[in-house]
Amino acid sequence: MIEFKLPSLGADMDEGTLLSWSVKPGDAVKRGQVVAVVDTSKAAVDVEIWHEGRVGELLVQPGEKVPVGTVLARLLEPGEVAAPPAAAPPKPVAAAVSAPAPAPVSAAQQFAQPRNAAAAARHPVSPSARRRAKELGVDPDNVSGTGAQGSVTLADIEVAARAHGAAAPVAAVAAVQPSPATALDRQKEMRKAIAAAMSRSKREIPHYYLSETIPMQAATAWLQQRNEDLPITERILPAVLLLKAVTLALRRTPELNGFYRDGQFQPSAAVHAGVAISLRGGGLVAPAIHDVGAKSLEQLMRELADLVKRARAGSLRSSEMSDPTITVTNLGEQGVESVFGVIYPPQVALVGFGSIVSRPWVQNGEVRALPVVEATLAADHRASDGHRGALFLVELREILQRPQSLADACAAPGTNQGAQT
Amino acid sequence: MSADRQNLVEAVLTLLRAIAPEVEAETLVPERPLRQQVDLDSMDWLNFLVSLHERFGVNIPEADYAGLVTLKDVVDYLQAKLG
Repeated sequence: MIEFKLPSLGADMDEGTLLSWSVKPGDAVKRGQVVAVVDTSKAAVDVEIWHEGRVGELLVQPGEKVPVGTVLARLLEPGEVAAPPAAAPPKPVAAAVSAPAPAPVSAAQQFAQPRNAAAAARHPVSPSARRRAKELGVDPDNVSGTGAQGSVTLADIEVAARAHGAAAPVAAVAAVQPSPATALDRQKEMRKAIAAAMSRSKREIPHYYLSETIPMQAATAWLQQRNEDLPITERILPAVLLLKAVTLALRRTPELNGFYRDGQFQPSAAVHAGVAISLRGGGLVAPAIHDVGAKSLEQLMRELADLVKRARAGSLRSSEMSDPTITVTNLGEQGVESVFGVIYPPQVALVGFGSIVSRPWVQNGEVRALPVVEATLAADHRASDGHRGALFLVELREILQRPQSLADACAAPGTNQGAQT
Repeated sequence: MSADRQNLVEAVLTLLRAIAPEVEAETLVPERPLRQQVDLDSMDWLNFLVSLHERFGVNIPEADYAGLVTLKDVVDYLQAKLG
């Protein structure tokens, strides 16, 4: 039996409204298939499934708003036979609504009970999550985990506690219209979501900031030459070079790529670069381009164009929303020279680029007008120090002096030195 | 303005609105930089040029980008190319 849960779609989303199912009971599903559309404050997101199997039971109906981690459907593993329906435990939403908030005493009693070993194994609980659960009077073994291998994280506990508490009636049973939010509603919701994520970032993450002016003569000349004879549909933008360069520079400083969770830094082997995309009418999203290091510049250009288009149309996939390991923002489009970003939790770094502008630059003892770009790093001091951050920016500068290396580097995913998950 | 040019302006505005739906033709100053009046980033701008290329079948070398700043520039450019 596989439980298909509402995945986290980013730090600023803790609930979503199911808009529609793309599958019905009895359908076979494969890894990466879009099985449902969920409305978040930012977009209607195509939610993918990462298991192979057959759809058993759909537990949440279109129009229902549920917290992250809620079991949306049960699936049968390949070869598995359907269990009698009576065996199915009630879904968390129903439990959250019907059960009164547990008194501290009863919570303590719950913890005193020996846990079923098999159940515990299915839902590993991180130590910090277990501590927090005790404080909040939540039974961690009844919480749906969204961490690695379905583990219950600190955030899951907090979501569960909120679902039990005052927010429960709103989050769990609000019978909303199954139609997508109106543009105005969406904008309001997005503002709120951004406010929540950025407030959390500034509250929890001790940011440090560095900047470096990078000469771009070699990179822009190389790009110009590359694009010169190509039809417009095959040309690439400087933003793609910068994205790739960030990814290559991270190989030297893997402590800038990954997540800070449960009191420690968890590096990521692959670089999934969140690309900040501003939306017409306000707000922004930063969905991921996966495995940037393994992709050619041409492919990255295609994916970036596609991502911008879909982000603006409000049609993103759950995997793009949930797992960026670092964010890159290009705020130079309309002319600012530098941007010092706010890190998107649980990420630990944000790289910013301003406009590529012509400035006086001293080269071989002479002042010349050269194209330059201001690259900045906002990083989490819990995961790295300024010295390491400086090494990253220096590496970034050096890589951009060798633009051909950006075209040549298409390493297999997960080859970043020293990075393990 | 000739009817041909008027049609060309209309067609360009239609393509622009496909990228920036909020654009209002009346408020656009044809002689002022387009990207200052309409919030277009480099991806939007490229998509706009790609749509011109597809709609009118003109090749737009990257070297010509620098001369395409205002709506008037774009229409003049197309008119010259379509001759």
